[in-house]
Formats: sequence, C-alpha cells, structure tokens
Amino acid sequence: MIINHPLLGPRDASEFTYLGDASLIDRPDWQSETAAQDFYEYQYLRDNPAGLHQELWFHESGDRSWLVVTRNTLTHEITDVQLARDVARARGRSK
Amino acid sequence: MRYSGLRVIKEALTGHKGWTPAWRDPDPQSQYDYVIIGGGGHGLATAYYLAKEFGQKKIAVLEKGWIGGGNVGRNTTIIRSNYLLDGNEPFYEFSLKLWEGLEQDFNYNAMVSQRGILNLIHTDAQRDAFIRRGNAMFLNGADAELLTTRQIKERYPFLNTNDARFPIKGGLAQHRGGTVRHDAVAWGYARGADSRGVDIIQNCEVTGFRRENGKVVGVETSRGYIGAGKVGCAVAGSSSRLMSKVDMRLPMESHVLQAFVSEGLKPVMPGVVTFGAGHFYCSQSDKGGLVFGGDIDGYNTYAQRGNLPVVEDVCEGGMAIFPAFGRARLLRMWGGVMDMSMDGSPIIDRTHIDGLYFNGGWCYGGFKATPASGFCFAHLLAKDTPHPTAKAYRFDRFEKGLMIDEKGMGAQPNLH
Ligand SMILES: Cc1cc2nc3c(=O)[nH]c(=O)nc-3n(C[C@H](O)[C@H](O)[C@H](O)COP(=O)(O)OP(=O)(O)OC[C@H]3O[C@@H](n4cnc5c(N)ncnc54)[C@H](O)[C@@H]3O)c2cc1C
Repeated sequence: MIINHPLLGPRDASEFTYLGDASLIDRPDWQSETAAQDFYEYQYLRDNPAGLHQELWFHESGDRSWLVVTRNTLTHEITDVQLARDVARARGRSK
Repeated sequence: MRYSGLRVIKEALTGHKGWTPAWRDPDPQSQYDYVIIGGGGHGLATAYYLAKEFGQKKIAVLEKGWIGGGNVGRNTTIIRSNYLLDGNEPFYEFSLKLWEGLEQDFNYNAMVSQRGILNLIHTDAQRDAFIRRGNAMFLNGADAELLTTRQIKERYPFLNTNDARFPIKGGLAQHRGGTVRHDAVAWGYARGADSRGVDIIQNCEVTGFRRENGKVVGVETSRGYIGAGKVGCAVAGSSSRLMSKVDMRLPMESHVLQAFVSEGLKPVMPGVVTFGAGHFYCSQSDKGGLVFGGDIDGYNTYAQRGNLPVVEDVCEGGMAIFPAFGRARLLRMWGGVMDMSMDGSPIIDRTHIDGLYFNGGWCYGGFKATPASGFCFAHLLAKDTPHPTAKAYRFDRFEKGLMIDEKGMGAQPNLH
C-alpha cells in the first residue's frame, strides 16, 4: 500500500505503524458523569467496518507525523490522507 | 455409514460404489431450536456437541459460502496448550485432550499428529519467561519440557543456532502439541453433526436478526427467514459485521494473517518450530510442503489477502533460523481474516439480547481451540451457564479490568 503523505508525497506503508480507528482522536471528557462508560467504549469498542475506514497511521520511519487515512478495508484502496493535527483541530482540539 | 479399515477393504473389492455423501444438503426448515451462524470449525463443532453431548435436537448450521471456506480451511493447523494465564490454560488443555480422542469420537480421520511444538529461546530473560510458562502448564495438567541447544540440535540438525544476532539458547517443547488436517476437522464435525440430525445449510448468509419483545426469535437469510429458539454466532473474522446488525460494537478489529506453503520436500521437519526473536513458525505437511507464517499485516481489513512487506518479514525470520529453506520455492500463499480482540483472548458468552449468544475473538489461534470452543459454546447454549474452563471468556471483562492479555500488550489488537 502507498500512503500519499500530505507533506512528503507518496510513501510506502511499511514506513508507518498503525494505531487504529481515528475515533481515538476523540478522547472522552474525564470529568463527565459518564466518564467510566465513555472511556470503556473509547478504549475497547470499535465499529470495525467492512468498507471505508478512517484510521490513524504514524510515520515512524519518516517525519514522525500522525496521519488520518481513509481506506477501504475490502479493497485496501486509500481515498484520502490528512494530517491528524489538522483533523483534530477541525474537531475543536487545541493540538 | 461408519468408516473403518474393514469398510475401506470392502469398498475396494466392490469398486467403491457403496460410499455415500458425508452429509446431506437439506433445505432450511422454518423453525429450529438452535441456529448456529457460521460453518467454520467452531460453528460445526458447536452443533456436533449440542447434538451429541447435550442431547439437543432441531439444530441448523447456516454458512454463507461452503463449510470450511473460512479460517478453518486457511490456517497453519498447529495445535498446542502452552498458555500462561489462568483464564486460558485450562481451556486450551481441555481442547488438546479433546483433540487426542477426536478421531474415535467423530469417526473420521483428521490426521491428528502429536509431533510436538518447540518454542525457541534466544535470551536469558526469555528462558526465565518460558520456565514460568512451563510451570503454569504443569499446574494445569499439560506437558512441557525445557530443552538445551544440544537436545534441539539432535532433532533439528540444520537449525542455525549460532546466528550472531539471535543465537538459540534452548527451547520450550510441548510434545503433545502438533498439527491436524484442518479441512478434515470441518468435514469430520459436519459429518458427525449431520448424522445426528443437524441440518448443515450452505450458501445461506445471515443478513439480519428478527426480534420480538426484546428477544431474538430468528434470523433473516439469503434463503429466507428462519425461526430459532436460540441463535449462536460463530463467524470469526466477520463477527463485527454480523453483530452490527443488532447495533453491537465489539472489542475487536478484523486483521489479515498470511500463510505460505513451499514445494514438496522430503521429510525434514519432524515437528513444529517457532522463532522466539521475530515472528516465524514452521512445520511440514504430510505432503512435504513447508507450512509457515508469521505476523499479521497489522491494519483493519476484510480482504482475504495481505501485502508484500509482511511476506518479506516472515521470510527473513525463517532465514534467520533455517537458512537451508532459502533454497525451497514457494508454492502458494493466502490470507484469512481474523477477529483480533482487544486482549488477544476470545469471548464465549451471552449477549445483552435474550436468545443471542456469541463466540469469537479467536485471533490467529482459534484452530487449536476448535473442539473446546464447540464444546463450551454448546454447553452455554444448552444450559445457559458457562463451561468451567470458559468462565473467563466474558464480554464484560474489558469493562471490569479482567483482561486475559497473554502478551501484556494492552488494547492494541495488532500487537497481540
Ligand atoms: C493464515 C492463518 C493461519 C492460522 N494458523 C493457526 C494455527 O496454526 N493454529 C491455530 O490454532 N489457529 C490458527 N489460525 C486461526 C484459526 O484459523 C481461526 O481462529 C479459526 O479457524 C476461527 O474459527 P472458525 O474455524 O469457526 O472460523 P471460519 O472457518 O472463518 O468460520 C466462520 C464462518 O462463518 C461464515 N460466515 C461469516 N459471516 C456469515 C454470515 N453473515 N452468515 C453465515 N455465515 C457467515 C464464514 O463464511 C465462515 O465459513 C490461523 C488463521 C489464519 C488466517
């Protein structure tokens, strides 16, 4: 698989390590009433879809940036790549 | 029809005209007491033990393709019970004991071969860890033996014990481990279940569940609606897809594991060997092919094929300990989609929905579990209480902090 890095261009997937579903960006609020349940779901439960999947890849042997890759889990086709930083900021995170 | 040596001789003398199909091909009935989804090893074994051990009737196994086309027909056939943790070891030892009597039990030659498994040791720390594991195995009635490099060399003279980076310093052997003819396991359970009245329905994909008053009462399938007293799901790599039909999110990701077979060679590998410094394992099939594999590819996928970097990694691992194998040509490679759970251990449990039961999360190691998984799932379905050896395989263990994490990797499925 080739991941089209937004800053570095097309890079081989073996330069990256894989973390998992990009929902891991949305860390729950630890002060919420439902924090225990929220963290359980955040940590352990996954949609694990067959089809389009947004996921976190880390460019370990490269510029060490985190990417959000949109990839089809049935075909391995990658349709979108963004810096995770940009995705997180767009969702209201400070960094 | 009972299979026996006498029967083979009789058929040979009469032109092999007396053999009948090993199982029927029935149309689905409108209502069953038990519907098992998934005609892999686990689903078929569940149906077999439900009928045989728990005396249940009116059972169907629904398979979307053909039985044995999933992971039970794609794995590298290794069986063993060399686990460390209390939640696992009694279960896997129960499974190994069932393997030992399986062929007599279901009257089918599954080629169960206890040729032994050897886990190589490369560092002092690893030796300590393996001694601890061996002791845990003893405590649960399993067998284990710590071997010196010299003892290993006697069995595997061509092993490269002096690799500069990964010298081999010994190994933990389980002599009762080994290999089994994987397809024959599916066929043997199918035949055994069928002969006890279980309907095995192929080309029948479950597309949804019907619920009444909060209870599951049947399944929608590509061959119409089928009613059920209880529904058991055993679809391995497709678990999240199936359970999403009742809006369940599972503690699981689906990943691909690749396997490889070389051209046929003369007998060279007496047993199963695993590399302890990277991830590589190898045995030799009875046809002579070297059967080997290593790490999963490491990203979510439902495509039953992997990518080349893992092929390279697996072959490098092999070359580190078996340089001679570099001369063998690769014949085939393929992939299977596995239900990688958050702690690397399986789930055999009721769901929060009445009448709906779940079996999955087998990761890359569910073949060896097939007999015990079927037995324990049948126990749960028939009695509504978990089998004593499968008590820890609960859904709520993640919420309660009772993970069964053999590798100590945490909630990261691609590292288990
Ligand atoms: C390459 C590879 C090597 C492995 N090596 C080993 C090993 O050496 N030792 C070991 O112990 N384990 C090994 N495993 C793991 C083992 O194969 C699996 O854990 C085990 O086979 C899973 O259980 P099963 O046999 O029931 O799965 P499967 O055979 O995959 O059965 C699930 C079935 O469910 C069906 N299904 C899915 N969705 C539906 C639906 N909606 N409706 C109806 N049917 C459906 C599928 O078609 C499939 O036939 C390996 C796996 C792979 C891929």
